[in-house]
Amino acid sequence: MTTSMPFLLSALVAVWATFMVVTRAVAIHALLYLVVALLALACVFDVLGAPFAAILEVIVYAGAIMVLFVFVVMMLNLGRPDRLRENSWIAPRGWIGPGLLAALLLAALADALVVAAPDGGPIAVIDTRQVGLALYGPYVLMVELASFLLLAGLVSAFRIGRHIRGEDAP
Amino acid sequence: MFGILRTLWLTFLHLGHRRVTVGYPETRPALPPRYRGRIILSRDPDGLERCVACNLCAVACPVDCISLQKAEQDGRWYPDYFRINFSRCIFCGFCEEACPTYAIQLTPDFEMSEYVRPNLVYEKEDLLISGTGKYPDYSFYRVSGVKIPGKDKGEAEREQPPVDLHSLLP
Amino acid sequence: MTPPPLLVIATTLVVLLGLATMLTWAERRLLGLWQDRYGPNRVGPGGLFQAVADGIKILFKQDWIPPFADRPVFVLAPAIGMMTVLLAFGVIPVTALWSIAGDLNIGLLFVFATMGLGVYSVVLAGWASNSKYALLGGMRAAAQMMSYEVFMGLSTLGVVMTAGSFGLRDIVQAQAGLWFVIPQCLGCVVFLLAGIAETHRLPFDLPEGENELGAGFHTEYSGMKFGMFFLSEYAGIVLVSALVTTLYLGGWQGPVLPPALWFAAKTGALVCLFILLRAALPRPRYDQLMALGWKVLLPLSLLNIVATGAVLLLRAPG
Repeated sequence: MTTSMPFLLSALVAVWATFMVVTRAVAIHALLYLVVALLALACVFDVLGAPFAAILEVIVYAGAIMVLFVFVVMMLNLGRPDRLRENSWIAPRGWIGPGLLAALLLAALADALVVAAPDGGPIAVIDTRQVGLALYGPYVLMVELASFLLLAGLVSAFRIGRHIRGEDAP
Repeated sequence: MFGILRTLWLTFLHLGHRRVTVGYPETRPALPPRYRGRIILSRDPDGLERCVACNLCAVACPVDCISLQKAEQDGRWYPDYFRINFSRCIFCGFCEEACPTYAIQLTPDFEMSEYVRPNLVYEKEDLLISGTGKYPDYSFYRVSGVKIPGKDKGEAEREQPPVDLHSLLP
Repeated sequence: MTPPPLLVIATTLVVLLGLATMLTWAERRLLGLWQDRYGPNRVGPGGLFQAVADGIKILFKQDWIPPFADRPVFVLAPAIGMMTVLLAFGVIPVTALWSIAGDLNIGLLFVFATMGLGVYSVVLAGWASNSKYALLGGMRAAAQMMSYEVFMGLSTLGVVMTAGSFGLRDIVQAQAGLWFVIPQCLGCVVFLLAGIAETHRLPFDLPEGENELGAGFHTEYSGMKFGMFFLSEYAGIVLVSALVTTLYLGGWQGPVLPPALWFAAKTGALVCLFILLRAALPRPRYDQLMALGWKVLLPLSLLNIVATGAVLLLRAPG
């Protein structure tokens, strides 16, 4: 278990940003904090010796998926009434249930960490070559399945998005 | 595709072309004599004002920037004041075309910038030049039948002496 | 032998920001040449200090934030744009020794990551301005930059496969015999086009689209905040040019001249090409831009990957 300074800092940032995501009333602000949390997570990955995973986190999640989220929120054009409604939703009373459940999860996680804490061995950096070999060696079935899923998604998106002549009904 | 490359190449070739524009205050463009710039009032060959205050220029002006008042002396008409507001003038040259006596003329001078807008209102003293402008030999009173001191009726160029109506009795 | 990192960082920052500033002048002079007129030629010898004059003017302008804007995001957006471009330069190897983190083994991916984050600058500027033209510009930018990032990544995969590394220094060293622009010409063209779209430069400057959207995403910006957008655009041109140099034109490699000079010359020529594109080409319609991306560039880059893979397999020993 590493407890180096960069790790602690980025972990702290991740936790704080995630907290802010939940408590923001303006959707874009929440999304921005989510981006910060993802960047911090990427830093954590890098410190733990997985630079490839870290950079993928930034490219795919922070760079692509979050932009789509922002895009959608921009299209929705939320205004002041939505902000007020959001504010009413994050009243303290609504927090009790989720808070309890999260506390339960945290306890389980802490228990798992205490019981099965990994030894503080040196961190082995996993570079791109190793990731590639693993993906196309032992995990090739998973990769193929994932690509099937993506292809299915692509085809259905194309089908939905296609403008069929004569079927202009909304 | 080929069209785009061709466009790029042709635009690149302009590197060696001569410039169309000139660096103005250092190199002055050669303006033709009939260029429509600053408006002047000319004098006839005898050194007297050509303007007869007929108001045709003020009528022709599409932006109403000319204003004048008629005065009379010894049978000659001349403007009491003659005012052109150059902040409104569009240098269309209609006044020059309307003028029956070649008095108002446009010159190839265009450098009339001012820091204060009222300075662009030119009075008769500013407009009147000492020369004849583009028509050196023309003098309105010499060709017209108007009676002025030193030239009685019928003494103008190509003018018959006036007919005495009373002598035509049978 | 290796210069101290702080010196490299400081030099890169100074040179880059200076270059971006001077580019604002150089572009106008070059456009003038190509349009048979003078550019700005008054301030200093040949108008050289025009950029300084512009800088002074823009610094003393009123820094106005519209009352309807989302203040923190509005201020943050130009800073993100500048920061991401500057970050990306961290991994570009100017010479074999001179770079901040040129031997980072995921260098190319790092560049794509920063470019991906650069989208936020434009999108957030559009959203935070809270006006319709800015919003339209931001949405165009989001769709355009997201799409072209895909082709950008795919087009470079041929280079990565041939070089066998994501590290930019390794990629340059793999071009010792033959520059990748010859075997990877398809990828090079796709990368260049994607680079233009990614920096939203003309002819692909639809997020700005001044004749239909005012000034697009930076309609509401004034003063130095606008200046930062402006500078980050020019720094983005330098970045894409440097990337093309590194990936396809053999980086610092070349005969006789010192390596740094080769790198500068290649990058400079590409920057001039960017400006020539602006001088020569009209802006396509937005659907034409997207159609070009998804219907031409995507199949081309996939074809490039497949062909490169086939050639590599055939040549592989054993």
